[in-house]
Amino acid sequence: MGEPGTKEVLNLDDLQASSGFRTGRKHILSLLVENKPGVLARISGLFARRGFNIDSLAVGPTDDDQISRITLTVDGASHPIDQVTKQMHKLINVIKIRDLEPNEAVARELALFKVSADGDSRGQIMEYAEIFRGRIVDVSKRSVTVEVTGPDDKIEAFEQMVRPFGLIEMVRTGEIAVSRGRTAT
Amino acid sequence: MRAVDAVMECLKAEGVKHVFGIPGGANLPTYDALYDAGLRHVQCRHEQGAGHAAEGYAKASGQVGVALATSGPGATNLVTAIADAMMDSVPTVFITGQVRTDLLGTDGFQEADVTGITMPIVKHSIMIQDPLEIPEAIHEAFHIARTGRPGPVLVDIPQDLSRAEIPYEPVDSVHLPGYQPTKEGNTKQIRLAAKALANARRPVIYAGGGVVNANASAELVELAMSDRFPVTCTLMGLGAFPAPHDQWLGMLGMHGTRSANYAMDEADLICCVGARFDDRITGKLSEFAPRAKFIHIDVDPAEISKNVPAHIPIVGDAKQILPKLCAEYRALDTDSARLDGWWERVRGWQEKHPLGYEDSEGSEIKPQYMIEALYEATGGDAIVTSDVGQHQMWAAQYFHFDAPRKWINSGGLGTMGFGLPSAMGAKVAMPDEQVVCVAGDGSIIMNVQELATCVTESIAVKVFIMNNGYLGMVRQWQELFWDGRYSAVDMGSSPDWVKLAEAFGATGVRVDDKAELPAVMKKVLEAEGPVVCDVRVTPEENCYPMIPAGQAARDMVG
Repeated sequence: MGEPGTKEVLNLDDLQASSGFRTGRKHILSLLVENKPGVLARISGLFARRGFNIDSLAVGPTDDDQISRITLTVDGASHPIDQVTKQMHKLINVIKIRDLEPNEAVARELALFKVSADGDSRGQIMEYAEIFRGRIVDVSKRSVTVEVTGPDDKIEAFEQMVRPFGLIEMVRTGEIAVSRGRTAT
Repeated sequence: MRAVDAVMECLKAEGVKHVFGIPGGANLPTYDALYDAGLRHVQCRHEQGAGHAAEGYAKASGQVGVALATSGPGATNLVTAIADAMMDSVPTVFITGQVRTDLLGTDGFQEADVTGITMPIVKHSIMIQDPLEIPEAIHEAFHIARTGRPGPVLVDIPQDLSRAEIPYEPVDSVHLPGYQPTKEGNTKQIRLAAKALANARRPVIYAGGGVVNANASAELVELAMSDRFPVTCTLMGLGAFPAPHDQWLGMLGMHGTRSANYAMDEADLICCVGARFDDRITGKLSEFAPRAKFIHIDVDPAEISKNVPAHIPIVGDAKQILPKLCAEYRALDTDSARLDGWWERVRGWQEKHPLGYEDSEGSEIKPQYMIEALYEATGGDAIVTSDVGQHQMWAAQYFHFDAPRKWINSGGLGTMGFGLPSAMGAKVAMPDEQVVCVAGDGSIIMNVQELATCVTESIAVKVFIMNNGYLGMVRQWQELFWDGRYSAVDMGSSPDWVKLAEAFGATGVRVDDKAELPAVMKKVLEAEGPVVCDVRVTPEENCYPMIPAGQAARDMVG
């Protein structure tokens, strides 16, 4: 591919192929950060600069009120993720980063599904909710809202099940995760 | 005391003696505190100039450079300097005023979200939200700017908070749980690197600006001379290894010497110290140094294996690592004769491809000759700053820097207009040194307003404009790669640089005769006060040798 500054005209296909560094491997990044303004913007900025899409993001307090936990999931090959991780380490307010292997971590997400429900379908939706160990958190004449927790594939499976009834809306928290075993994430 | 007075106390505690800047509405309190704080303030004419002056100050002295600006346009004018300091790892602290907290986010007069704007181009930034944080924030800023891989830190202080009365107590340490730069370097890795050097038959030491930043030039020379290791430096590293030296290959990269680039191409081991395998160094990455294994010493772990995978990475401070590496190497049983063949090859290139140009027969001044004449006139004893373009490359090639912090230019960001303000900063830091700015006629005008600063503040910088009437480097690329379609590169003949200098109250001189050049240069250098010397050079000279963009080192042309 030609370098900027040279006359060579770039082919659009080549351009797209050269940026195709997504492998589909999912990364769960667990960060401890100082609870200061702008930290999240700095982190998301690093991903944006490299053209990465953050698939999900969850931020919350920890047992130390000076420190927050950020969990984000990204899709990318290990090399570019490495660069982003190293760049994140350089952020002064980032204390710790862990790139969790999906099979070495317990990941959970909470989702709320608002589904169209009339007399006939309500029972069936409730049955599915039970199978997925979900909970009915709101009911109206024409809808039912189900709370489901689990890893993202479970959430997605439930979504498939209820979509045919008419999914009014779905809200997901984004995954949070801890490493398996005794040591802290 | 007022928070702004505490800021002054903090600056003094950090050893700051000079600051550069421009006052405005939102930093009126800062300037009120500055009035009798006992610091020298250099009142610049544009915030970009103040920013580059702070960089020049830092690069010349190794101390943190400080620039002040007001909110909104004052702060946005700093942006180029901040980005420049980030790219070239220059320890700098920028303190900006911000609108009152009750106006934040309302598009208040002269409001700009400067922490947001600069987020990707700062090492760190702090937006003050509580006046009590101010002293700690200032000290954190200095600590972060100067330690690890140096860089710019921005502190943004809303106007009302800066007027707050706070109890001030000196801060003696900062608490940054997420910031602990590695210094020592891993002992095992260092030992491994020593062994690799001992086994190498075609080694090259490739040193960059990191060596200068780490003040590790002496240690670099020591390592190079622990055997006969050939040394090349990047544009930013020039001076880290003395140019007139038996083991010196010259600069490498796009406009580096053939010997340096060919040596990299054929090396079996490259020991990179404080450099980052920039695209201007590697050319076509897939064909860069195809036979080499890499030792990479860098204080910034994010640089390791970023562009070129390192076989032996060593993270830490070059000043600490190089002596250890040297000691480990000396402890090994090595035979210097193994390098004979390699030196024979290198000497062959050096003899066959010395840096050179075809000099003019008549009175015409070749740009390369201009730099050689300047080298002669100064005796090499000067701090040289430059703008960006052909003149910068020629200065790098023909002014043989023999010590660090003598060559100040914008390498990473490539900021035209960097030369004059950075010379100004360097001269303030080093008043007893001869400070020379080699400028292009296209570049100098981008910050020429700082001549006013030089005149009113009596900063005697000597500006030599390499005047070819073109944006020369762009013209060269248009000639070589774009079928000679010269688009928007002709600068015409304006302005009259001599009159312009005089209008500012500086001295202006013009020279277009080769025979007169040395004498004129000598006069300029001996003159008092700031001088602008308009040197008319060959308009369409090209800068060679050159690795054409996207090609490999062995494909050098010219």
